Amino acid sequence: MAEDQDKILEEVTGGEYKYGFYTDIEMEEFPKGLNEDIIRLISAKKNEPEFMLEFRLKAFRHWLTMKQPNWAHLNIPPIDFQDIIYYAVPKKKPELESMDDVDPELKATFDKLGIPLDEQKVLAGVAVDAVIDSVSVKTTFKETLAEKGIIFCSISEAVQEYPDLVKKYLGSVVPHQDNYFGALNAAVFSDGSFVYIPKGVRCPMELSTYFRINAMNTGQFERTLIVADDDSYVSYLEGCTAPMRDENQLHAAIVEIVAMERAEVKYSTVQNWYPGDKEGKGGIYNFVTKRGICKGDYSKISWTQVETGSAITWKYPSCVLQGDHSVGEFYSVAVTNNYQQADTGTKMIHLGKNTRSLIVSKGVSAGKSQNSYRGLVKVSKKAENARNFSQCDSLLLGDKCGAHTFPYLEIANNSAKVEHEATTSKIGEDQIFYCNQRGLSTEDAVGLIVNGYVKEVINQLPMEFAVEAQKLLQISLEGSVG
Amino acid sequence: MLVIKDLHAKIDDKEILRGINLEIKPGEVHAIMGPNGSGKSTLSSVLAGNEKFEVNEGSVSFNGKDLLDLAPEDRAREGLFLSFQYPVEIPGVSMVNFMRTAVNEHRKYREEEPYSASEFLKLMREKKKLVEIDSNLTNRSVNEGFSGGEKKKNEIFQMAMLEPKLAILDETDSGLDIDALRVVANGVNKLKSPERSTIVITHYQRLLDHIVPDYVHVLYKGRIVKSAGKELALELEEKGYDWIKKEFED
Repeated sequence: MAEDQDKILEEVTGGEYKYGFYTDIEMEEFPKGLNEDIIRLISAKKNEPEFMLEFRLKAFRHWLTMKQPNWAHLNIPPIDFQDIIYYAVPKKKPELESMDDVDPELKATFDKLGIPLDEQKVLAGVAVDAVIDSVSVKTTFKETLAEKGIIFCSISEAVQEYPDLVKKYLGSVVPHQDNYFGALNAAVFSDGSFVYIPKGVRCPMELSTYFRINAMNTGQFERTLIVADDDSYVSYLEGCTAPMRDENQLHAAIVEIVAMERAEVKYSTVQNWYPGDKEGKGGIYNFVTKRGICKGDYSKISWTQVETGSAITWKYPSCVLQGDHSVGEFYSVAVTNNYQQADTGTKMIHLGKNTRSLIVSKGVSAGKSQNSYRGLVKVSKKAENARNFSQCDSLLLGDKCGAHTFPYLEIANNSAKVEHEATTSKIGEDQIFYCNQRGLSTEDAVGLIVNGYVKEVINQLPMEFAVEAQKLLQISLEGSVG
Repeated sequence: MLVIKDLHAKIDDKEILRGINLEIKPGEVHAIMGPNGSGKSTLSSVLAGNEKFEVNEGSVSFNGKDLLDLAPEDRAREGLFLSFQYPVEIPGVSMVNFMRTAVNEHRKYREEEPYSASEFLKLMREKKKLVEIDSNLTNRSVNEGFSGGEKKKNEIFQMAMLEPKLAILDETDSGLDIDALRVVANGVNKLKSPERSTIVITHYQRLLDHIVPDYVHVLYKGRIVKSAGKELALELEEKGYDWIKKEFED
């Protein structure tokens, strides 16, 4: 019986990565390796003001004193940081006014990815900033947003146009001393997105960034900064893909969010980096620091992530609940298959009074993969009446994969109320047979059951993304049913 | 439409079915009765294609096709429906979504266009009315938190949606109160047609008061040991199975 199940599982989870194409665009690349000269070169290339170069160099010098951490439940092969290209740009400098000017190859890439880059498609309500390899290529819908005073542009552009805002907030949530990969990012980040929502403005459309690693041996280090001023609202989406390559590629990004009084920020990610092949060769190392601070009272930050890609995922989108009555939420689906590894979760740091946090984590493991939830709930001394509820569920497909839960609690205030629930279940043969008997193939049945299992999280995504995420889940588990 | 010849099946090397022979013609209702452990549920599982059981001998032809050669989902698409004795819960999957996927898979198999959302909802409304199922059941996740009776009604509703050629009701009456039993039986009767055949697996006569069989078979130790008209069920109700066991052992 178990053998049969494994066989079916293998068949259904053996799905192929569908975004593994490579686009032949002329690139301008820096030599491999990392030193102060490279950093100066990056900064000069981007025509950055002095404070940015200082920011980078300070981070780099600190990074040199740090060691790669090894506390995660991950098996990470050694990374040669001198064998990575830290800056690669599509050669035609993409400062473009209309879509007609975009390199057709590049445009074809985005078409393949299904990104609504054309203005008409954008009318559907999503404004897109596309980052390929290192540089932001095109930000759509800028004018419409500008009418409301919303700034949505590449971070490079923000450094030029809004240096005061950048100077004030960049590194304010994730300082360069924070962690190893964060320091690396601060030193070498090449681009990313910048969002500023002014006081009292509700952003009328979803803002979206697509990240794609294209060039070989390139690391992608993007940096996103979102500032939501008092009484504002924004929903932000992030999607990622990469071509199939035998070597591992490094992706070490930082996302910082600042929410002022009564501001609300929703940040959704559908992460589909190349996960490596069935034998575990290649794939992206996805080491990302995401953190938001609820600075103002009654502010709210909500993270939603659907993680299906990457060979190794290591990320903990977190909320610092500084303002009184502020709210942090974390909804996560992490799917691992074949030899993928994921160690992901969140940190909810309660500092203000009457702060609340909610954690809903759904892990799905198939193949020979390892899937860990790691979460910290910290209630500081002054955080009266803090509330947390955590729900961590794991679903196993087959018996060669692993699911692990590492919840950490640090409570320094007696009025705190913290609840944690966890379940582990196996997808039932009887469930699959029931679906079969109604005319569903085993593959469809697993897709349906898994989508049902993660529904609570998917429901948090904006509509278009939810549909995409559901398809992605099904594709990620192809060949893995049991 | 269904011809079973000398069917043997086992689970974990234990032979449960030991030579079943049965022929069912379009429109017929066959009741299969028998004491616990005689192989009734195994027969329905084997026909539906549950891989827990291994068929080691015999043949089953369904509308001229080799049933045992088909994957479980293809058996369903060919028109074989099993009303489960213990319907399975699928949390988070709405009945609407589940049924729409199922119905459209059946249509695809027959090379028909899938139903649009509105066509599907219309069909669902009709069938809900036909089998008297509460609207709120179809808005919930598949069988999740359903009572025993609700689960069985839900099976009959699915049967109405999928319009099978052969429906196997595996102890659909177990755990039902009188009212639920009537609803379920009415549903089955309304779905009767000259083309649709039914196998009713049950312990008790009481379901057969509502769903009147053309034939009654007694299954004992993996074989059909007695077949007769509907009067056999009454006789069993009155006398129990001991006389059959005795007859068979002799």
